[in-house]
Amino acid sequence: MARGLDSGRAAKLALTGTAAGLFSGLFGVGGGTVLVPLLVLWLGYGQRRAAGTSLSAIIVIAAMATIMQGAYGNVEVVKALVVGVPAIGGVLVGTWVQQRVNTETLGVLFALVLIGAAVELILT
Amino acid sequence: MILAAVIGGVAGVLSGTFGVGGGILFVPALALVLSLSQVKAEATSLLAIVPVALVGALRQYRYGNVHVREGLIVGALSAAGVAGGVLLANVVPDRALKLMFAGVMVLVALQFLRRFVHSRTRTDVEGEHGGSEPKLQ
Repeated sequence: MARGLDSGRAAKLALTGTAAGLFSGLFGVGGGTVLVPLLVLWLGYGQRRAAGTSLSAIIVIAAMATIMQGAYGNVEVVKALVVGVPAIGGVLVGTWVQQRVNTETLGVLFALVLIGAAVELILT
Repeated sequence: MILAAVIGGVAGVLSGTFGVGGGILFVPALALVLSLSQVKAEATSLLAIVPVALVGALRQYRYGNVHVREGLIVGALSAAGVAGGVLLANVVPDRALKLMFAGVMVLVALQFLRRFVHSRTRTDVEGEHGGSEPKLQ
């Protein structure tokens, strides 16, 4: 499995990408709340590897979604910088922290993040 | 403005720790604090996510946590989903979709918690690199 990419795994990756893209386009998120669970529960990733790989996929997904939304004139660059620039500092902290927390704890904390996201979807 | 920046910073920490883009906090910060409409908040969130994910992925790559080929496959193959999502967002009632996804998320969260309980009852837990996790190419 590590070497070749059999068609079953390729199909799973394609479905994972499609699901994440759908979520991203619909709600303006990167799709990580979809990617990480699918990578962990369906594709056999560990929590850390799932997070790193998810981020690499998100670059592509969010860039495509930004271009599509940009075409509608919906993107406010300055406001993106207001939240985005501090987030770049945050992501450095987050990746550092992640290397120092055991994967079991990460899984539990991630479950709480998902529940928080669910509550947010219900409330807004 | 400062509040939005602080929320942005927290979103970054979440992003780095859990591998999400940070949009789950960007969108409310943009909509509720910087008073953008929901659509503009979502669009603007996407732009903010790109550099955050880029920096996060580079850091994770250095830690050996990125399966580059599969990440790119997933990213590239999301195009149809993204287009579909943007389209759907304009035709299907927002509320129904949100409730549906919220339900799915809670189920997934329970799955993660169940795994945790199971791993506690096993003795062979050795963390990240055991099991069937694919090797970095």
